[in-house]
Amino acid sequence: MTDISRHANAGAADAMMRRRYRAEKRFRWYGISATATALLFLGAMLVSIVVIGHSAFSQTFIKLDIFFDPQILAVEGKIDPDSLRRADYSALVKTSLQETFPGVTGRREQRQLFALASRGAADKLRELVVEDPNLIGSKASLWLLSSDDVDLLVKGEISRETPEHERQLSDLQLEWADQLVAQNAAELRFNTAFFTTGDSREPETAGIFGAAAGSFYTLMVTLALSFPIGIMAALYLQEFAPKNRLTDIIEVNINNLAAVPSSVFGLLGLAVVLNFFQMPRSAPLVGGVVLALMTLPTIIIAARAAILAVPPSIREAALSVGASPMQTSLHHVIPLAAPGMLTGAIIGMAQALGETAPLLMIGMIAFIADVPESVMEPATVLPVQIFLWADNPERAFAAKTAAGIMVLLAFLISMNLIAVILRRQFERKW
Amino acid sequence: MAPTVMPADSIMFNAPVKARASDVNVFYGAKQALMGINLDVPEHNVTSLIGPSGCGKTTFLRCFNRMNDIVDGCRVEGSITIDGVDIYARNQDVVQLRARVGMVFQKPNPFPKSIYENVAYGPRIHGMAANKRQMDEIVIESLTRAGLIDEVKDRLDSPGTGLSGGQQQRLCIARAIAVKPELILMDEPCSALDPIATAKIEELIDELRNNFTIMIVTHSMQQAARVSQRTAFFHMGELVETGLTEQIFTNPKDTRTQAYITGRIG
Repeated sequence: MTDISRHANAGAADAMMRRRYRAEKRFRWYGISATATALLFLGAMLVSIVVIGHSAFSQTFIKLDIFFDPQILAVEGKIDPDSLRRADYSALVKTSLQETFPGVTGRREQRQLFALASRGAADKLRELVVEDPNLIGSKASLWLLSSDDVDLLVKGEISRETPEHERQLSDLQLEWADQLVAQNAAELRFNTAFFTTGDSREPETAGIFGAAAGSFYTLMVTLALSFPIGIMAALYLQEFAPKNRLTDIIEVNINNLAAVPSSVFGLLGLAVVLNFFQMPRSAPLVGGVVLALMTLPTIIIAARAAILAVPPSIREAALSVGASPMQTSLHHVIPLAAPGMLTGAIIGMAQALGETAPLLMIGMIAFIADVPESVMEPATVLPVQIFLWADNPERAFAAKTAAGIMVLLAFLISMNLIAVILRRQFERKW
Repeated sequence: MAPTVMPADSIMFNAPVKARASDVNVFYGAKQALMGINLDVPEHNVTSLIGPSGCGKTTFLRCFNRMNDIVDGCRVEGSITIDGVDIYARNQDVVQLRARVGMVFQKPNPFPKSIYENVAYGPRIHGMAANKRQMDEIVIESLTRAGLIDEVKDRLDSPGTGLSGGQQQRLCIARAIAVKPELILMDEPCSALDPIATAKIEELIDELRNNFTIMIVTHSMQQAARVSQRTAFFHMGELVETGLTEQIFTNPKDTRTQAYITGRIG
């Protein structure tokens, strides 16, 4: 009988084979468990954010019968568009609450009663009256914002077992709120204001739109600066610059810049853009300039890699039919490198979108309630807004913080989606 | 097996000189790649450059359209003239030169664009067509001359990269001749092709000789014998021997040439 095994005895060969199989299997398991661990962390983060944040997308409204009393709304005896803006609308809300709960008389009790409605309720009434002054003198049953504490109670986040002095709502307030719920005069509604308004001191009226608009303007400035500069620099360094000591030094420095802590760029912005060029504080323009400095190395490195990946044979082909170096770059190299350049730019933008530290340095941490309408107006950005809310002691801001993170993630996902679509669009085979 | 040599025709004996290299030295950094090359390239002839790998024949070929300019650290000394004009002169525009001297590369390298665009690109950047009709004419004529028109006339808008290797190489030849060059440089144009595609290209080269002057680098001595009228044998950066192809293959003067063509070195 012939033995084709190289080993003297077949048993040793078998054992070796089994060992190899076991090693292969173990190796696969290491890979699977590493992937699973990463997914677990990611999943845990996402679930916790959604669990905490989903409640911010709804808000408790209470139904109040409002009488637009001309006597209350008159300022110094007159009613005109200007005075209507300054009138005391909270008095209307207070009167209505008083009528709903007629038994409340003491000053302390009254104060507790009035705390059921949000300050946003009065703002809503002002908005209605300014829009349509004919409302004055009429009566209407309106759904108005409750205070954040009532909101938390309706969402079940305030425990009734907690002793009164440690609870946000007093026993009396609990009773009134229960009464409103029993009368179907308090309900959760979709919180549209969260997506349409700017920041506020009151959690129930705080919205993300101001920060989103600020992020948008900032990113536009960043893109407008860093994309053309980054692409041109990459193209020049890769295709045209002579390879010598100077370009080597430049290359090393660009790679180093990509690793510089982002707050350093903030300090630079503070020293140069704010102090030397005297640009306005907290403006998206300044934020955009600082973030452009930060994303430039990323874009240059990615664009250079994309240009390098274009086969040299394409350049030779273009040059050999008499294309100038510029024509070769514009007609052949850039179109082929475009997907990689775009990916780099979007990665840079995504980095800029999530950046907080450098913006704190240039004053974008200020409390800004208005939605910015240009790059020169004071603004804040999404990650700074999240940071500000997370820092806020009021409990209702916890949900806002998580909801803000969700909005930021949605921004990031859509940007990456755009990157994928653009890449598909530009990708060509050769 | 002795290569078969095609019979010499009358044009090759008294053809005027199209391009002339005089005492050409090429350096890559400190390393000298070519040493004192002198060669005349006669008009309407196919001149083949043969020799073992690394002997400098491709380097020499790329001197004629100054493609070595884009190689870092490459330095060319001596003079190369085309129609008596020094192409390394200070006032010589490289882009204009490359429009006069076309090139076909070792690996087919069509642009990742349509077949039509591949051929039209050169004429377009040189403003050779005043309108779409003229451009169509140039494209059709070039593809016809490259022997490709019958295979692609129904799909001029499909990508050039979708063609077979041999078709791609003929497309590259069409692209080169669309610019109406005087001299065409071919750097081992058949090394990536199968024998049938190679035969087609060789046939094409023989036809193109009527309108263009051709220089071809080849590793195949059979190919050199089949397509060229003149042969230059390079060895270790030196031009060892040059002459009529027939003479080089049947009666080499230098022992190194003899050794190479009989397969003893290379």
